[in-house]
Amino acid sequence: MTCEELLRLINELVDGELDLNLAECQEFAEHLAKCNPCQVVVDNIRQTIQLYRAGEPFPLPREFQARLLASLRRRWQERFARESESSSQASGS
Amino acid sequence: MDSRTGETLGAKPIAAGSDEVADLVARARSGDFEAFQEIVLRYQSRIYTFARRLLGNDADAEDVTQETFLALLEHLDQYRGEGPLLSWLLRIAANEVHRLWRRQNRQVAQADATEEEDSISQLPRPEFIAPWRDDPQQLLLRRETATLLDQALAELPEKYRAVFVLRDIEGFSTEQTAEMLGLSVANVKVRLLRARLMLREKLTRYFGDPDQRVSPDHPHT
Repeated sequence: MTCEELLRLINELVDGELDLNLAECQEFAEHLAKCNPCQVVVDNIRQTIQLYRAGEPFPLPREFQARLLASLRRRWQERFARESESSSQASGS
Repeated sequence: MDSRTGETLGAKPIAAGSDEVADLVARARSGDFEAFQEIVLRYQSRIYTFARRLLGNDADAEDVTQETFLALLEHLDQYRGEGPLLSWLLRIAANEVHRLWRRQNRQVAQADATEEEDSISQLPRPEFIAPWRDDPQQLLLRRETATLLDQALAELPEKYRAVFVLRDIEGFSTEQTAEMLGLSVANVKVRLLRARLMLREKLTRYFGDPDQRVSPDHPHT
């Protein structure tokens, strides 16, 4: 197995979804055990994913926060006004 | 950890919905705006961050966040509580992002029949190969790390960034990611591999130890 061939299987390795037959598995493990650059690349990718998963969210811009809640409140009032209108029409008919 | 939502950004959204959220939804359905507002406050930064990462700018992320919560307001009755509310909201947000891309005629969600083959033969080759000086836990304590992560992600071509955000940051499966982006599973896998390799290259240039750098051209014994 070459480094390039291993590179193509990195997703499966990192995601724990490696589906190889016994001979391929052995070849893969042998390459990884002997090839320090490939080990480092695999580690780097795992660390990259770990960092992004644990990253902080973007702060919501303050003026947007106010705008968002105001628009939702407006729509909420419209919706419930609509509903109470149609239910009073239904009970009146 | 987001102090306002009490959630970890990277936590997979496929976790059980809490009783507290179920109670808020029930109250909101019966017309309690305070309960609805509580739901918005709880999830707004997750949705905004998701949209901001996919779209790369504040204005579009704000539009998508607003449309997502307006859709929640209109379709609250359709949420059956079968999965966590956050997953449901992220799916709505992904639809909104998709709509925006289509409106702007962007190629992000366009499947490419030749992509799988091309990408396998032309994967980005690791150039800067070095162990990192610090582990991710230590890196996260540094103020500049968040900026570097955002910058590296923003520099990725949009079509790779979208797959990475959905699959690796938000924890959707390959199949769900394919469905949300209107791509084939094969396309998603190839784009994810390229995204991971590109981000690894960028981050290792920041965080890698140059003294321990190894050559990409190395002999095998």
